[in-house]
Amino acid sequence: MLKDTHASEVEAILAHYPADQKRSAAMPLLYLAQRAYGHLTSAAIEEVAGLIDVSSTQVGSLVGFYTLYHDHPGGKVRMQICTDLPCALRGAEVFAKAVCTNLGIRVGETTPDGWITVEEVTCLAGCDKAPLFQVQDADGIHYREGQTVETAMAWIDELRRSRTDG
Amino acid sequence: MAEHILLRHRDIPDIDQLDAYLAHGGFEALRQTLTTKSPAEVIDIVKASGLRGRGGAGFPTGVKWSFLTPDVFPRYVVVNADESEPGTFKDREIMERNPYQFLEGVALCAFAAQARAAYIYCRGEFWDLAHRLEERIAELETRGFLGRNLFGSAFSLEMHVHLGAGAYICGEETALLESLEGALGQPRLRPPFPAAKGLYGQPTVVNNVETLANLPPILARGADWYRTIGTPQSPGPKVFSLSGHIERPGNYELPLGTTFRTLIFEHGGGIPGGRGVKAILPAGASAPLLLGSDEVLDTPMDYESVPKVGSMLGSASIIVMDDSVDIAWVALKTSRFFKHESCGKCTPCREGTYWMLNVLERLHAGGGTPADIDLLGSVAQGIQGKCLCPLGEFAILPVLSGIERFRQDFATHTGNGR
Repeated sequence: MLKDTHASEVEAILAHYPADQKRSAAMPLLYLAQRAYGHLTSAAIEEVAGLIDVSSTQVGSLVGFYTLYHDHPGGKVRMQICTDLPCALRGAEVFAKAVCTNLGIRVGETTPDGWITVEEVTCLAGCDKAPLFQVQDADGIHYREGQTVETAMAWIDELRRSRTDG
Repeated sequence: MAEHILLRHRDIPDIDQLDAYLAHGGFEALRQTLTTKSPAEVIDIVKASGLRGRGGAGFPTGVKWSFLTPDVFPRYVVVNADESEPGTFKDREIMERNPYQFLEGVALCAFAAQARAAYIYCRGEFWDLAHRLEERIAELETRGFLGRNLFGSAFSLEMHVHLGAGAYICGEETALLESLEGALGQPRLRPPFPAAKGLYGQPTVVNNVETLANLPPILARGADWYRTIGTPQSPGPKVFSLSGHIERPGNYELPLGTTFRTLIFEHGGGIPGGRGVKAILPAGASAPLLLGSDEVLDTPMDYESVPKVGSMLGSASIIVMDDSVDIAWVALKTSRFFKHESCGKCTPCREGTYWMLNVLERLHAGGGTPADIDLLGSVAQGIQGKCLCPLGEFAILPVLSGIERFRQDFATHTGNGR
């Protein structure tokens, strides 16, 4: 349970909000649960709901509404490529297609080895450094900007090498 | 502009370090304000400066603050750092590279609003940035720039960072407040406005990151100095995010009133391959498309002039498209964005964005007819003026202006234009 395994983090999150407004902690606690469990199972949702005294239906609705929460398992790493208009004008759609071809998957799919899920996302506020993608994994979310197909594939190879114990 | 006022890191690269910020006058505006001025005086100075909200609406900041319900406490300051408009990446650079000026601005706003707590709502994608801000806030507490009785005054302030989780709609201020309260990011019916009932039902100021970064220089140098920059109706510097078909995309801090031509050709280096400008989106996806005409290129980018040529300045995210671009494809891209980001609360927006995209996809798949262009316009008009927040209104702007100003690009997809 998070309140045992991540006690100090749960406490720190709750301390950001007035004592009678614990519901505000729902989103940060969902992030914590997602990082701890990989994705948000119904048990994880119930656990978060219990920490802030709201129904699991209410917490579950957040998981469906916000795109950075996942109720299904994906690859160890989610590679989220922006293909919105400003990035598309600078080649992001071609980039996304080429990355997928190299990985042998389509957008939304996970590589057979379970490593990479490729997703298309809306604007990441990095339009001047397109093509770019963000990496969502157990560590959080990090940007990789100014990419080419070659740099992206080299990063994926390096990732697989360095985290083979993952 | 000789000197950067908002992007000061361009002149002083280590200004993201607290000691460097202090060495360049950092937190002097806050110290002076807290020890010599009243909240009402700060509001008057900001009103006199003419500062207008940089998030998109352009509403006068000091006037917004003066709407706070008197004598009701606690009050809150909520920072809109949910920067999600396609083509906008200015707040991110300010928070990453000149963070203390931004945080000092948050503190000045909180003093003016008499709030003891400020929440910075960052979009979830700004994960690294948000965690870095949390470290800086802790550093400011340790060093005595945040916390109790600042500079020996009666004013105390705590700041918190709250991460969103991927929802464009949370840039709308009432949806942002819902999200901060742990609910779905769906807009509230207004009135009441946040100044009367905002976070937790209390009087709340919601301001954009760039707006707040303007406060330390305004308080340090005065309203008269500020008004020497920009135009009489739109004073001050603005960070323009320039993207799309441009040699040097990036953020450019320029006075409001700078022309599109100066930004695109002088600062942005023009269009790759020397191609012509076919169209400009001056406020991300949320504005009518402008023709790349001489009249438009010579238009000053301020809150009054851009509407005169049929669009708006918004957050000043200038997306440039060269003469190879199919505007029907642009409409497809923006419609896909808005369909994805519609929160689903209001039926005209939820259904309308779905059907606009549906018709546009049919046109692009080659199955469209000339009647589809009028159908698209009719669906768009069915959204107009019928929703709680501007998202639906924004969604139709590139589509309707695209049909009006670039109809041939749509006709091509019906088999009639070839």
